[in-house]
Amino acid sequence: MLEHDVLIIGAGLAGMRAAIAAQANGANTAIISKVHPVRSHSNAAQGGINAALTDRGDDWEDHAYDTVKGSDFLGDQDAIEVMCKSAGRSLIDMEHMGVTFNRDDEGKLGTRAFGGQRKARTFYVGDFTGQALLHVMFEQLIKSGIRSYEEWFVTGLIQEDGQVCGVTALEIRTGQIYAIRAKTVIFATGGLGRTFEPSTNALIVTGDGMALAYNAGARLMDMEMVQYHPTTLQGSGVLISEAARGEGAYLLDKNGDRFMEKYAPNMMELASRDVVSRAEQTEINAGNGVDGCMFLDCRHLGESLIMEKLSQIREIGIDLIGVDMITDPVPIRPGMHYIMGGIKTDIDGLTNVPGVYAAGECACVSVHGGNRLGANSLLDTIVFGERSGNHAALASRDVDYVEFDVDEVVKKEEERLQGILDRPQNGDRVGAIRLDMGQSLNNNLAVYRNQAGMEETLRDMTGFRERYASVPVDNKGSVFNTDLIFSLELGFMLDCAGAVTVSALDRKDSRGAQARTDFPDRDDENWMKHVVVTKGEVGPEISYLPVSITKWTPEERKY
Amino acid sequence: MDVTVRIRRYDPEVENPESYWQEYPVTMDDSATVLDALIKIREEQDGTLSLRCSCRSSICGSCAMRINGHAGLACKTQASSALTDGNTIVIEPAGVMPVVKDLVVDFSLFWDKIREVVPYLQPQGDEPEAEYIASNESMLHLSSVTACIMCGSCVSDCTVMEVDPTFLGPAALAKAYRFTADPRDGDEKGVSQERLEQLVEPTGMWDCTRCGECVSACPKGVDPMGRIMALRDQAMESGLNNSNGARHAEAFVDIVGHSGSLNEALLPVKTVGITNIPGLMSFLPVGLRALTHGKMPPLIHPNIENVQNVRKLVKKLEDPPLD
Repeated sequence: MLEHDVLIIGAGLAGMRAAIAAQANGANTAIISKVHPVRSHSNAAQGGINAALTDRGDDWEDHAYDTVKGSDFLGDQDAIEVMCKSAGRSLIDMEHMGVTFNRDDEGKLGTRAFGGQRKARTFYVGDFTGQALLHVMFEQLIKSGIRSYEEWFVTGLIQEDGQVCGVTALEIRTGQIYAIRAKTVIFATGGLGRTFEPSTNALIVTGDGMALAYNAGARLMDMEMVQYHPTTLQGSGVLISEAARGEGAYLLDKNGDRFMEKYAPNMMELASRDVVSRAEQTEINAGNGVDGCMFLDCRHLGESLIMEKLSQIREIGIDLIGVDMITDPVPIRPGMHYIMGGIKTDIDGLTNVPGVYAAGECACVSVHGGNRLGANSLLDTIVFGERSGNHAALASRDVDYVEFDVDEVVKKEEERLQGILDRPQNGDRVGAIRLDMGQSLNNNLAVYRNQAGMEETLRDMTGFRERYASVPVDNKGSVFNTDLIFSLELGFMLDCAGAVTVSALDRKDSRGAQARTDFPDRDDENWMKHVVVTKGEVGPEISYLPVSITKWTPEERKY
Repeated sequence: MDVTVRIRRYDPEVENPESYWQEYPVTMDDSATVLDALIKIREEQDGTLSLRCSCRSSICGSCAMRINGHAGLACKTQASSALTDGNTIVIEPAGVMPVVKDLVVDFSLFWDKIREVVPYLQPQGDEPEAEYIASNESMLHLSSVTACIMCGSCVSDCTVMEVDPTFLGPAALAKAYRFTADPRDGDEKGVSQERLEQLVEPTGMWDCTRCGECVSACPKGVDPMGRIMALRDQAMESGLNNSNGARHAEAFVDIVGHSGSLNEALLPVKTVGITNIPGLMSFLPVGLRALTHGKMPPLIHPNIENVQNVRKLVKKLEDPPLD
């Protein structure tokens, strides 16, 4: 029997950090991931990780205020305090583990400026900080000897009387279904990027954990808050790091003017992401772009700085659209990048479902509120990954495994999956349905939103669900049947897309990433609260939670 | 752009499984990558095609495969630049590692090698309260190695691993160098003696034949072969010159530095050591074969003309630099 005190689903930064913490607390720990840990999407974080180090004359309260303001005052201030206070220690821990952070002239950790922050407190490894951190965390995972189920796909949660007591999982290599018993489960499954098309997110980012938790009764919070990153590449829409602007790059319109002057005269290109993306979209809509794009101009930074600090994004530009940022401005546009919302947790990662935790992008603590600051996501994963690992380990100490009939559970799951494989070979393919869903969301739930558009997507969703119910699977085999997995992932994405749409429709103000043309102002009187979605008898049900305010009174946001 | 994608496929679940070729016609944008083409095939034509892929921006390392015979990332390769015979792109799974299904290979060998080099930082002294102080140059140098995304392209095309799977290989050795070159790893001077002692053993750093395939296969400019050469320098500098590889290098310099050209009969003798009778006996079969095939190098090895110039040159290289 496979059984663990703490079972972590997802092996990105949050998941591996949680696993290492749980193991250190003496728990029988395992981590399970549909890809090998180093393939996880934490790789894609380019620019850096924020921390206010006191020996640099910085102060965690300044970092916390910038984060609260960046969140458009929707972030929970108690949670933000926890994150910003822990940041220094978490950063130094990562350095001690071996991360090769860039240094300053004295050999101490170097910083770069990042959006929405009044001080340069972003620590970085060139322009591949996420990859550098992820690989070092994987080294620590190897060192710890933690059991790692690599390329195992979690198909469902096992629940007895509401208590989660394990998961069913598909070993991708063999097609075998297993039930794994667990006292606690930590979701660290990342975001839901592929629900939108295009998106900067990797193809594996399909909202699995959010959907599994939602279906088990967990609350999804702030799901309307979808971040559009200001600089995604023309065409495929892959990410071009905010580090470029942190190092001093300009955003230009078709006439070569720095249009951010009109929108954020103080912070210019380094205003918070929601502000910059809205500015770009406004300019694009007014015809001041070229082919639906504005320009990121790095030419004045010089070749040597670009080669030292931005070499990988330069290469992406050359590889994908043949533009070298050393010599030419790069055409960019706002693109779906991150979800601030997720599985509602407390500051220890605990959800409302007994035995279930969440950390990282799939969770909503809520430290990002309406808009996440660049370089706060890596921090979020490490701080709350560690906290949930610690807490889950302690919580599993004094409880026994909940018994369930393993053979029965496995048999039922096998039958369910066989049912999918046995569908007739007609109807739309997974790819076609996903594309339609992604485009509908990108049309109606992007930088600017309105009632009519979002209602259209809500209506579309019914159609997508109908088509999904009969989606065929070409591959009938057992070994590495990715075709079957894509169909399961699409189910997860549809649940997530529904939660995003109903939340956005419900919130009738503009705040952070949600900018409604029909409700253009922030309405603190009625909407200074979190929108929460839970699974009801007939569909998603909306409720609200208050925003935690400790020391920063909501005020109008200017950059 | 209309292209034909010719894919080497393999299904382990049929009776007597054997790999076979399948061709797919694809119409796509001129700017599409090879990965775009494969995804299009998978989504629109044939869901049975299995491959790993995720980030689409050369950072997750999932989509390494052989494109027209050479390993690389499908997401980093423009389809238009990969056309052979007019409009065909030839796709095969990565080499060296066994195929699981279609383009999916078994990475166990790859990760076993990585584990073998003890892949985590091992400082010997006390941890400082704050960060370790280190020069930016040293960190930038390491970052050029940690930029490795573990995609396996180098291992796929390694000509030594192809014939000798016990070789640690380019990825693991580059990973090892990432620690031996880290000022935080090892003793207070940053010397990782134990690592180097492990790496000079057979199957380690001296087994690379410097063919250069890993350098051209690497999509991230990590230069694995260059790192292996740097490991050799580190090993020699820290006194580890008693391995076959090290003695081979020293014997090479000795012989050429004395006579001006390589004495192929003397090189193996000096490499294993003149008193190492079992080592010398092991050359006997090769020597006999060389003799019967007329390939025996002459036992008398005259100096070249103006040999004093070569000797001066070698002495100059061995002397410490003036400044």
